[in-house]
Amino acid sequence: MYLFSTWGKKESSRLQMALRSLATRKTLTLGLNSRRLIQSRALQTFSLPDLPYDYGALEPAISGEIMQLHHQKHHQTYITNYNKALEQLHEAIQKGDSSTVVKLQSAIKFNGGGHINHSIFWQNLSPIREGGGEPPKGSLGWVIDTNFGSLEALIQKINAEGAALQGSGWVWLGLDKELKKLVIETTANQDPLVTKGPHLVPLLGIDVWEHAYYLQYKNVRPDYLKNIWKVINWKYASEVYEKESA
Amino acid sequence: MAAATSMVTSSSFTFPSQGLRLPTRSHPCMKPQRRFLRKYASNVITATYELKPPPYSLNALEPHMSRETLEYHWGKHHRTYVENLNKQVVGTDLEGLSLEDIITVTYNKGDILPAFNSAAQAWNHDFFWESMKPGGGGKPSGDLLDLIERDFGSFERFTEEFKSAAATQFGSGWAWLAYKANRLGVENAVNPWPSENDKKLVIVKSPNAVNPLVWDYFPLLTIDVWEHAFYLDFQNRRADYISMFMEKLVSWEAVNARLENAKAQAAEREMEEERMKNEEEWKPTDDDDDDDDDEGLEMYVDSDDDSEAE
Repeated sequence: MYLFSTWGKKESSRLQMALRSLATRKTLTLGLNSRRLIQSRALQTFSLPDLPYDYGALEPAISGEIMQLHHQKHHQTYITNYNKALEQLHEAIQKGDSSTVVKLQSAIKFNGGGHINHSIFWQNLSPIREGGGEPPKGSLGWVIDTNFGSLEALIQKINAEGAALQGSGWVWLGLDKELKKLVIETTANQDPLVTKGPHLVPLLGIDVWEHAYYLQYKNVRPDYLKNIWKVINWKYASEVYEKESA
Repeated sequence: MAAATSMVTSSSFTFPSQGLRLPTRSHPCMKPQRRFLRKYASNVITATYELKPPPYSLNALEPHMSRETLEYHWGKHHRTYVENLNKQVVGTDLEGLSLEDIITVTYNKGDILPAFNSAAQAWNHDFFWESMKPGGGGKPSGDLLDLIERDFGSFERFTEEFKSAAATQFGSGWAWLAYKANRLGVENAVNPWPSENDKKLVIVKSPNAVNPLVWDYFPLLTIDVWEHAFYLDFQNRRADYISMFMEKLVSWEAVNARLENAKAQAAEREMEEERMKNEEEWKPTDDDDDDDDDEGLEMYVDSDDDSEAE
């Protein structure tokens, strides 16, 4: 959840401010509207975060065409549907409509998960001239060598897991905060890493849904997995690791 | 392509074997040493599984589904499933089983075994190619249309529901029209008034490789909603792909033929069960039965009356 507040887009934080001032105004008027007050204060809408690089900047590892579709269509759709589901959830809670509340859970998990996962993914990638592909230094580099033997061994393992995943999903390098070690995990569909363990923090996720690579690599997912490491942003993964293992 | 002996050929029009009466280990076909076994089982020839081509050329569905899509979807994805299936089956107890039996066994009531994905996807794709035809679409007629109108209200409502199922299958998967012949699965209960009306058409969706055979339904029509099925032609626009499929590609002839087959198989199955039940009724009491009565139908009783007899 911390992701949304740290990356809250300009619009998102402006919206929040606007809602807060509206709420303040309403308290001054009428206590009877307290229900609507709660409603307007609680409901946050999400918006598409900008990519920190151009669509074409990750070529030839990932084509500009894929990046644009992936960001502007797929991720945007998750956000749109997530917002819609949250709004419906909000109404259902207010009305005490439990059956709708429960019915909405899968849409929230799917679309909310899609938003969470892709927001991380854009940070996991970086153009080569900005350090994409450079191996991790510092404590993350060291703990990878300790846990897996070498960076190459880690990559091989992640790629094997990613290639073997049936259907749609993600392959992750995560930190188990409780056990204090690195783990490789896969999740199905848009399930976030935390669904595999409440103490798991994602450092690096690779999208293995077909939409992430099909236009360029077609059915050869292993080639996509081999090439994506040229643009993996280890700096971000290191930052998260250092922060979460402090 | 010599597809005549391919198991995959016949699987499109055969339906689930009755219950799980699979060959036991003593059955000759289960001997592990024999490879490339040929045997007859209910007039179906088994062999190693072959990639059967669609019943039209790879460019025949243009402009709706491109040749490029067929080249990858059939030529790579489907082919890989069949190749993997053969690799996973050879030298195991699965060898020699029909594709549908492999699907049932490896589905393992949801706790799937490794060969399931390959087997089910091999079957699913065959079924998918045969669900389409050049110049397809339009409306069904006859019994099929009557049943659709009976079970969905109207053809339009059926279409809406089918498209919605296809659009809302999260992740990879399939949407299906299937024929469900109602059978109560409880051992000691009997549907008191079984009738034709209990059998109906249903729309279901399934994830990844799962198909309605595992629920003992008769599949009639399917659409592949894995992204590889539409990404080259439609990119993210899954809804457009689904509409195109309904309007331009569905082969109602194939669906019709499958429905007739399904009705016949359901009727046959019922007669078989009726026959077996009658045999049971007339059988003399076996020594190893407990002291239940053998007066025809076994009835479920609430309390154990024996205790009162003391």
